[in-house]
Amino acid sequence: MSRRAANGAPLVEARDVKKHFPVPASLLGKLLAGQKDQLVKAVDGVSFKIWPGETVGLVGESGCGKTTLGRVLARLYEPTAGEILFRDWPVHSSFFRHTQIIFQNPYSSLNPRKTVRDIIGVALRQRGLRDPQEREAETLRLLRRVGLSERHVDAYPHQFSGGQRQRIGIARALAIQPQFVVADEPVSALDVSIQAQVINLLQELQEEFDLTYLFIAHDLSVIHHLSDRVVVMYLGHVMEEAETESLFANPLHPYTQALLAAIPVVDKEDRRERIILEGAVPSPIDPPSGCPFHTRCFAKKGPECEQEYPPEVQVQGHRVACWLYV
Amino acid sequence: MAEPLLELRNLTTVFPMRRGAVNAVSGVNLRVQPGEILGIVGESGCGKSSVLLSILRLIRQPGHIAAGNIFFKGRDLRRLPQKKMRAIRGNEISMIFQDPLSTLNPVFPVGEQIREAMRLHGIANASPLPWPLAGRRSHEKQRVLDVMAEVGIPAPEARYRAYPHEFSGGMQQRALIAIALVCEPTLLLADEPTTALDVTIQAQIMEVMRRVNREHGAGIILVTHNLGLAAEFCDNIAVMYAGRIVERGPAQQVVDNPQHPYTRGLLACLPQISRQRSRIDPIPGEVPDLAGLPPGCAFIPRCSLARDACNSVDLRLRSLQANQYARCILYEDGVRYTVEEFS
Amino acid sequence: MSVTSPTGAPAIAGRRQARLELWQRNARRFLAELGRQPIALLGGLVVLAFILAAVFAPYITAHDPELGSLRQRLIPPVWQQGGAAEFPLGTDGQGRDLLTRIIYGARISLLVGFLTVAISIIAGAGLGAVAGYYRGWLDTVLSRFADLLMAFPFLIFAIAMMAFIGPGFANLILALTFKGWVEFYRLVRGDIMSEKTREYVEAARALGRSHPTIIVAEILPNIVQSIFVVGTLRMGFFIVTEASLSFLGLGIQPPTPAWGSMVAAGRDVMLTHWWVATLPGLAIVLLVPALNIFGEGLRDILDPRLKVQ
Repeated sequence: MSRRAANGAPLVEARDVKKHFPVPASLLGKLLAGQKDQLVKAVDGVSFKIWPGETVGLVGESGCGKTTLGRVLARLYEPTAGEILFRDWPVHSSFFRHTQIIFQNPYSSLNPRKTVRDIIGVALRQRGLRDPQEREAETLRLLRRVGLSERHVDAYPHQFSGGQRQRIGIARALAIQPQFVVADEPVSALDVSIQAQVINLLQELQEEFDLTYLFIAHDLSVIHHLSDRVVVMYLGHVMEEAETESLFANPLHPYTQALLAAIPVVDKEDRRERIILEGAVPSPIDPPSGCPFHTRCFAKKGPECEQEYPPEVQVQGHRVACWLYV
Repeated sequence: MAEPLLELRNLTTVFPMRRGAVNAVSGVNLRVQPGEILGIVGESGCGKSSVLLSILRLIRQPGHIAAGNIFFKGRDLRRLPQKKMRAIRGNEISMIFQDPLSTLNPVFPVGEQIREAMRLHGIANASPLPWPLAGRRSHEKQRVLDVMAEVGIPAPEARYRAYPHEFSGGMQQRALIAIALVCEPTLLLADEPTTALDVTIQAQIMEVMRRVNREHGAGIILVTHNLGLAAEFCDNIAVMYAGRIVERGPAQQVVDNPQHPYTRGLLACLPQISRQRSRIDPIPGEVPDLAGLPPGCAFIPRCSLARDACNSVDLRLRSLQANQYARCILYEDGVRYTVEEFS
Repeated sequence: MSVTSPTGAPAIAGRRQARLELWQRNARRFLAELGRQPIALLGGLVVLAFILAAVFAPYITAHDPELGSLRQRLIPPVWQQGGAAEFPLGTDGQGRDLLTRIIYGARISLLVGFLTVAISIIAGAGLGAVAGYYRGWLDTVLSRFADLLMAFPFLIFAIAMMAFIGPGFANLILALTFKGWVEFYRLVRGDIMSEKTREYVEAARALGRSHPTIIVAEILPNIVQSIFVVGTLRMGFFIVTEASLSFLGLGIQPPTPAWGSMVAAGRDVMLTHWWVATLPGLAIVLLVPALNIFGEGLRDILDPRLKVQ
């Protein structure tokens, strides 16, 4: 796989991005029990860069904040703190022309009352295509490109299979001619054989339209297949970031190691020594002090793990946040 | 070989639909030996869950088992009266479902639900001491706490009174396994038990199931879409497509050396960490509509090796090597072509 | 990939054609579904009959609904002794043809029902959409106000209000809609809140569509059917309430024919001339349940939330 990330300016950059969601306590709880409003710290200080033409994989388990981060980058959520730069410029509302998002759920991501023509037509109109004939031609062209037939244009979403719906969602995103695409678990709801078709389609489109992907997934083998670089998240923080091959060959952070060991694989040679983590991911409302992973970590270094958040360090080309490497 | 724990013979389950009859399971033959872990692998709609529900005779109306036998410890479950069937469900054969939160009752404490499962089958009375000496309740409770500890629910004493929503997804699934285990079943049916869970939690749950299998010798049928999981966890696997078993054999042997074009296709389109490929080879097309499926092999429209004869031959599972079977024209007539020769 | 394709004008025409066919297909499916529910179909036919009668009232009857002749007072219906073919349902105490008045009364009832429902939907759905989509303090204020209104029984509230602002057609509509919008507010607010979390809404935002456009063009088509269903059901209720108010003399004032005031007028002669009060009452008893049955049939057919699968 070609490593496209050249030197030069990054296409997208996240600088210490935070996204907190308030969870208001009930009025009764406030009055009687003295409860306070709480914060879900879904993303709590994340920085990284994405260069033009590359695919960055974002992995982590549910509740790690990867989906929230993707939506912040797609400008669906306003970050609580920090900033997002697009070609070194802070981005504002017109960002949609450059960024699109592909959703996980092929059933709820398409409006059930709209035909395929309406769904893609709206995107084309947003792009500024005023002439209905041009729009029609472009709609059909996009449909063919994502592997659907022209006669599908008048059908409603419920008439399609999951894989076909995902193709429609991809066509909608492409209609805007974005440079950067956030793909939020685009294949995890699909069957294995359909998954492969969609993965290949995404790769072809990347070549053809010079797209840059942020590929969010919990399935590490898909991430491995598609990404040039991988960012591992846990409880709103980046645990480790590295080139794909290097990360899979030599995971440094204990969490990454556990994650890799947990994927069931077909090939015997691929199987790593089993690491069974204790417990579950703690609540992002009340995250552990220090390193967020210390409650489940099997390689704790000492008391500092529980007291202070580890500084990010560069080790063997990896960016790691772990006291073991400080 | 000893008498199998479970044997399905020509199991056929039909759902009449407006579009026509759907054979969710058609002519499935399977055996599970005591203590064996069998994986049933396939994509959605291939009938793998229907096999499990058929075993417990829980197929929802108007669906029904149209043909075949389900021998469990030598008895044909299909001919058992409802009452006896109920005594087997949850007692000798237990089932674990994919979504624990919708399976657990939200208004009862988890511990009580486990105890209820035990009480339903009259296990609780087996106290070593007569009633006034050992309170029946405390004896029951002790058994529940033991099971909770066994499936890895930490601090079972404190968790006994907790409600399902207070548990994390992984803990809920453990509670479900505890319910399934409390009667010490000899056969455990698990329908995608870890699909809703994260990989690290999946690893924990599979570890629990592995221990149950080892320590109690319970047979397990694991239904999953995840070939990797099946390969790691199971002794044998059966690959299903469109209601039929297309290949079965020892798990590692099947994934290392798949014979049926569908199994090969599935493995080829799985992104694998050891193989760096710029493209994966997908299986073209989609799973066919099971209503009004033409005779012959159901995989023809997606198979690169398909030929005219595939339409007409009534294919059967053919023995290949060391317990591996496949249902494909490649292996009919006792002649075993290699794929290269055939194409 | 070529940009040229066999499109252009024929494609646009084909597109209109396709839309028309789609509409026809949906209409056919709807009628087929309705055919499978004979009771709802019957309700629909009764409602349709009333509507047609109300619209074409002057063509159906030659009598004046408000002017009678004292010489023709209290003539019994045609099937009773002393009945006259000229007055099939007899006449009232002022010698007016009862059938004519019932038909013109249907105009009033249906108009009140329709206007009240329409205004309630516009106000309730509009506010509900804004409150459910944007939430915030506006939602809090509106929802508390709606709760407050819900605390009063509908009829008592309408009586009090009519007594306060005085009778009349416009006031009647005002009194009914003043509380009538709440139903639609709650319905739309809840629906918007649940639709808003669906990813197609986020997709529209990612495409840069504005919030008002998303509400109207993306979400509304998904909830318009349930609004329609509830509207049909509420219409019967408003008609009964209007009749009650008119019966009490607080609604439509005589001599304008309204079923409620007609029943009230016939009350005094009930024992001697039963038809004057009973027949307008029967009209209410026929139309309102018909509306409800039809509305429930609609719900079974249209409301996706009730469709299991």
